[in-house]
Amino acid sequence: MSLDRTDVEKIAHLARIAISDDEIPATTAKLSGILDLIDKMQAVDTDGVAPLAHPLETTQRLRPDAVTESNHRDDYQTIAPATESGLYLVPKVIE
Amino acid sequence: MHEKTLAELSQALQSKTLSSVELTQHYLTRIEQFDGELNSYITVSPELALRQAAAADEVIAKGEASALTGIPLAHKDLFCTQGLRTSCGSKMLDNFISPYESTVTQRFIDAGAVTLGKTNLDEFAMGSSTESSFYGPTRNPWDTERVPGGSSGGSAAAIAARLCAAATGTDTGGSIRQPAGFTALTGLKPTYGRVSRWGMIAYASSLDQGGPMARTAEDCALMLQVMAGFDEKDSTSVDQPVDNYSASLNDSLKGLRIGLPKEYFASGLDAATADAIDAAVKQFQALGAEVKEISLPNAELAIPAYYVIAPAEASSNLSRFDGVRFGYRCDNPADLTDLYKRSRGEGFGAEVKRRIMVGAYALSAGYYDAYYLQAQKIRRLIKNDFMAAYEQVDVILCPTSPTPAFKIGEKIDDPVSLYLTDIYTITANLAGVPGIALPAGFANGLPLGMQLLGPYFSEARLLNIAHQYQQVTDWHQRAPAGY
Repeated sequence: MSLDRTDVEKIAHLARIAISDDEIPATTAKLSGILDLIDKMQAVDTDGVAPLAHPLETTQRLRPDAVTESNHRDDYQTIAPATESGLYLVPKVIE
Repeated sequence: MHEKTLAELSQALQSKTLSSVELTQHYLTRIEQFDGELNSYITVSPELALRQAAAADEVIAKGEASALTGIPLAHKDLFCTQGLRTSCGSKMLDNFISPYESTVTQRFIDAGAVTLGKTNLDEFAMGSSTESSFYGPTRNPWDTERVPGGSSGGSAAAIAARLCAAATGTDTGGSIRQPAGFTALTGLKPTYGRVSRWGMIAYASSLDQGGPMARTAEDCALMLQVMAGFDEKDSTSVDQPVDNYSASLNDSLKGLRIGLPKEYFASGLDAATADAIDAAVKQFQALGAEVKEISLPNAELAIPAYYVIAPAEASSNLSRFDGVRFGYRCDNPADLTDLYKRSRGEGFGAEVKRRIMVGAYALSAGYYDAYYLQAQKIRRLIKNDFMAAYEQVDVILCPTSPTPAFKIGEKIDDPVSLYLTDIYTITANLAGVPGIALPAGFANGLPLGMQLLGPYFSEARLLNIAHQYQQVTDWHQRAPAGY
């Protein structure tokens, strides 16, 4: 599977990763190489095979709906890039 | 004192012929002396280590010590350690001081072990050579022109150079076993769900598993005893009793059935490694094992399936690194999308970005069935191969990698060639079965690795088999020259 420049720009946008014009040719070549490797799967007939998500096929445990966590907001916000009054700051979203 | 194994150090500490403070200081001095060249540690924590060592000596004096009390360890820098930087080898987390402690490191703290520091790794554990770290490559003490393997290459180099008694690693596609093979160590990837993933920075959640790395199987048994067990904080942790891993080390191998998967000994395997495994087969036969050829017919599909599943899970897991709550944030973002894109574009290295993009592509509209679903179906075929094999044999013996350690820089510009180095290790992660890597010999001064793969929860048996092999061989006793 060979990607072109537009594909790579679209994927980078989906992944929310800034990519410079200089990086695009090498990224396109390397991603295409990886997809060629992956595409070896396509020749395999997997009709009727159930997908495997967890090797032991366990399901999520349930627990009583009770509060078990305490509030760590102050601890967590000491390592945040920008906070104010207990809130995380980001550039203005709504004008 | 660094010549001693973890088990021997434990005895020396408990018989009080050595104090933990002396031992810890000794390792700290060695790190100072050797790690400038090796770069096995990202962060060394001398104050914490000496404080823990002094506390351990008090516990030992009271006669309340356990096997790990006072033992200086290193932790792969993706286990969150409260108050101590947890970088994951990434610029993204260069400033990240974890606000909480991972379950694995907490268990070592509770057992009285000493934390010397945090070891280098491929960025976010995505790699097989420890070259993609933001903090620069780690060098292999057996030949400093070569890689120590990866992603747990910092832990491997630190143990091999005797800069800690043992260390933690994690294994998503071979990241404990391949570096153990490259550095003449013993390393165990447990059954998926045996060791808690809580506080272990996630790469591919359905494959990631923490485990011990040390010089011997006996040492790995002591380490795993602390690490293993149910943890309600990890939703995929398995609630099953933990075996006594040291108790069965001396069991006989008489009647043990070992399978050699023919697909793993086909073209592409280094001749010296193949010869070393032939010699190991004879050793196992002399110990009473029966050896036969088996087949894992879908093994060649493991790498393609892995490079869908792991990147897909990574693209989801790493979406949390957005420049908002913790980690790197770009300067002067124009708007929220610019904040996300530039924080991630500048904070992640090239390989991490590639894997996130492969994952985003595989999960994108119109491609899900062809990629992610197909990979999960192949994962079932690979699991079925193992289950069929374990009807015929008790364990599977095979190499850890196609060649010994390669040179720094040799493969880093060609991702696919680097991915192929994990061809023998990835199947165990997809199937979720445990595997132990151990040294099988040397060629031109470089270690050769082999691994034993067992059924789910057969860790005690794998440690037993490795220990018995290490009673009749001395590969694991060799140390790299100069360390």
